[in-house]
Amino acid sequence: MTAVSMTVNGKAVSADIEDRTLLVYFLRENLRLTGTHIGCDTSQCGACVVHVDGRPVKACTIFAVQADGAQVTTIEGLAKDGKLHPVQEAFRENHGLQCGFCTPGMIMTAVDAITRNGAMSREQIRHELEGNICRCTGYHNIVSSIEDAAKKMSAA
Amino acid sequence: MIPYPFEYRRAKSLQDAQAILANNPDAKLLAGGQTLIPTMKMRLANPSELVDISKLAELSFIRADGDALTIGAATTHGAVAASAEVRRMIPSLAHLAAHIGDPAVRAAGTLGGSLANNDPAADYPAAVLALNATIKTTKREIASDDFFTGMFSTALEDGEIVTEVAFAKPLRSGYQKFANPASRYPMAGVFVAQTKGGVRVAVTGAGPGVFRVTEMEAALAKNFAPDAVASIKVDPADLNSDIHATAEYRAHLVTVMAKRAVEHAVAHDGH
Repeated sequence: MTAVSMTVNGKAVSADIEDRTLLVYFLRENLRLTGTHIGCDTSQCGACVVHVDGRPVKACTIFAVQADGAQVTTIEGLAKDGKLHPVQEAFRENHGLQCGFCTPGMIMTAVDAITRNGAMSREQIRHELEGNICRCTGYHNIVSSIEDAAKKMSAA
Repeated sequence: MIPYPFEYRRAKSLQDAQAILANNPDAKLLAGGQTLIPTMKMRLANPSELVDISKLAELSFIRADGDALTIGAATTHGAVAASAEVRRMIPSLAHLAAHIGDPAVRAAGTLGGSLANNDPAADYPAAVLALNATIKTTKREIASDDFFTGMFSTALEDGEIVTEVAFAKPLRSGYQKFANPASRYPMAGVFVAQTKGGVRVAVTGAGPGVFRVTEMEAALAKNFAPDAVASIKVDPADLNSDIHATAEYRAHLVTVMAKRAVEHAVAHDGH
């Protein structure tokens, strides 16, 4: 067992865990932050994307011990004071989800893409979504949601 | 998906990492982990110890000096893709890095990790071989022609760590791949580089390991234009056949991707 400490959504957390604990299990089972989903288990679907020190990371493809000392943001950390993050708001307005299972990863990926690129073409958004799979195949409105959010956030 | 148990060590320095590897022949280096961790989750790899070198600042840098471009082994694909130096000196290398995997993979995966793993469908080996880069390790310098020795195998010895890769600015270069529609790994990816010393063409994804096509190199040395390679076909006998594509189809893709890579080098300067 190894002691790990990190800051998750602005809150200091620590625990004794096995070295082989994937970050996604640490978030979901130790911290009960179940907004980060496990979609495929094989590092392909992107449902578990979180931010570690400002970078998008598949939480199923990093051990929690690697994030020792890091700043982690999950989907639960986006809304502030009961107000949705602009990307969350855009997904709601544009009906950017069907079953909603992939949505946390889609939104965390979108927030990173907008931070790096600002406003994007639909083609560029699809390139940025390379690692996020929607089994409902609801990509059209997901792309529209991100396009809308990127436009609003770049204007702000 | 939970891997077998192992002990995690965060290396404090390159020397520290070498010492840990020397003490335990079963230890494995962890850089970006984008291949190693999925492999461990599938329980196809079972190292007793992981030595994390991803946070070593001495391995993470991009240095441009005249016509020389040196990239630290732990530099992520995302950092290479976004680097103004790389885009200025070898735009095709930035283009290649920007199209590896997806944004999360690019934020973690590293140049050194990709080379040491030598996946037959990895993108970086094609660039390193075509650009005739030199791989520097904790023990020596290895020419690209000597580094890649076959499927998932390299000239690296036990305990030897890739520290940096030295590239020289080419006159022109380009990389184009035909990605598998599902996995997005190249079914054929071709990197062409024209330098003062000649032209080199390297192919990834199509065969059991990255390889050069000397016939295309000779043709492009005479005439660096897409048409020069249009009628040159690699032998399908040396290529992979699987559920995604036959060897004959891959051979066809190599020619098409080579044409596109030259076109990219000529028309867009590899951007």
